[in-house]
Amino acid sequence: MGPLVQPFLDNEFLQRALFGGVAVALACAVVGTFVVLRGLAFIGDALAHGVLPGVALAVLVGMPGLAGAALGAAAMIGGVSLLTRRSQLSADTAIGLLFVGMLALGVVMVSRSNSFTGDLVRILFGELLGISQADLAVQAIATVVVVAVTLLLSRPFLLLCVDPEQADVAGFASTRYHVIMLVVVAATVIVSFQTVGTLLVFGMLLAPAGAGALVARRISSMMLIAAAIGSVSVYLGLLASYHFDLAAGASVVLVAVALFFVTFAAASGRDTHRSAGTPRTVMPT
Amino acid sequence: MNAAQPAAPGGLAVHATGLAIGYQGVSLVAGIEIGLPPGEVLALVGSNGSGKTTLLKTLVSLLVPLEGQLEVLSRVVGPHRHRRPARPAATLAYLSQFHLERSALPLRARDVVRMSRFARHGLWGRLRQADHDAVARAMQRMDVDHLADMSLRSLSGGQRQRVYLAQVLAAEADLLLLDEPTAGLDAPGHERYEQAVADETARGAAVVVATHDIAEAARADQVMLLAQRVVAYGAAVAVLMPDNLLETFGMVLRSVDGGLLRTGDDHGHDHAAGTHRPA
Repeated sequence: MGPLVQPFLDNEFLQRALFGGVAVALACAVVGTFVVLRGLAFIGDALAHGVLPGVALAVLVGMPGLAGAALGAAAMIGGVSLLTRRSQLSADTAIGLLFVGMLALGVVMVSRSNSFTGDLVRILFGELLGISQADLAVQAIATVVVVAVTLLLSRPFLLLCVDPEQADVAGFASTRYHVIMLVVVAATVIVSFQTVGTLLVFGMLLAPAGAGALVARRISSMMLIAAAIGSVSVYLGLLASYHFDLAAGASVVLVAVALFFVTFAAASGRDTHRSAGTPRTVMPT
Repeated sequence: MNAAQPAAPGGLAVHATGLAIGYQGVSLVAGIEIGLPPGEVLALVGSNGSGKTTLLKTLVSLLVPLEGQLEVLSRVVGPHRHRRPARPAATLAYLSQFHLERSALPLRARDVVRMSRFARHGLWGRLRQADHDAVARAMQRMDVDHLADMSLRSLSGGQRQRVYLAQVLAAEADLLLLDEPTAGLDAPGHERYEQAVADETARGAAVVVATHDIAEAARADQVMLLAQRVVAYGAAVAVLMPDNLLETFGMVLRSVDGGLLRTGDDHGHDHAAGTHRPA
């Protein structure tokens, strides 16, 4: 068991990476469930990159990175809802446009800085192995808040997944809860960028929850499966990164995506078996 | 059905006068009059695009009335033309045509039915034994109680439609708004549905149902024929006349053995759908 546990006992930075990563995984499991079920992957991706110019601005003027990221996400959500409301353009066109624009703006701004590649790589891929005590505290608080808000609003969020009209008819204004859901996604992305980076937080949002969606029969179990897969990915990714000297954040996300495909293979195998055994129609998914 | 409900002034489940409906300010049907007392069924009949779904969505406050007065369960709907609809009544249940065909949603049939009880309890109110009983009863009525723990995505289309109908029944609402509720139902499912509607009206609920099924319309208390305008509205026997149906569908339907049968196609369809724009 030595090589599986010892690195975490010997290295405080690995412990912090593990705790921070698991906190990210838990927030992403809960929020990612709704990203997957509501088909918000594209806006999630756009948010993950939309924060780049905000973070770059923060780096340039010496603000906290979090504030910059929040600014970028707010601009992104505001721009998308303005474009979709005031024009006949579909949401994915609006999202795509702002996504590319914000990404380009971010790169242009970062290119003004002296350590161009270093900054960019740090923003995109995070510094899982360089998390401070303060980062850890922020991440833990954010995870608690995000999970609490999602659980408190589980009824309107569930109805939104089924059909926004159902939410309206049940007395939960669909537009209001849609915006709240986007803000929760944004908050997760913003806080997680310091840990796993803006690019990789997206993988943590999609892969564990996607795997959960393949096998779960209830939304609560989907969240639990996603949390387990995400946490295991953090652990295995860090371990691989330590032993083989790999980029930590990318290793974690790679494990998560690999686990998704393992789940996918297992689930399709099981479904084939099941439909062969019983006469009941199994819907292809 | 129960036509002799004591309809106190303002006691109508749906009361519309001079109502115009449509999307984004563009009127689709104008001059709608409805007086539907509790315990009665109103069937909306018309071809695709005739305004049935638009009318249902207006009644359920998903769309704002463009003109006229509308009261649903004694609450005024509109006329905040450019505002969000007011919070809909908790005692109203709506079956939309929306279907979760390709969705990955991990939900059990029971979870879907249970959702209709959220309206009574808001964000955080706990579901009580009465709610769980209502859910179980509704699933029994549509004969889907044995599917309660099955994943929704493993059910057939007809089974899912029964689950959605059970969801509407579990609401124990005062007004049921049903958009093509029998789509995909087999004969036993159809029977269950008819019995359920009879039971709902017997306990005093009003039902508005959009349907293509003339036989179902013939059993309703009131019928409204729609073809982007109100062709006819009134008691079923008075409304379901060959001339009216010709105007609505562009084809003649004739009574055979108590049912109605399509007997021929006519050139009247364009006439019904196109040239009569509402004023």
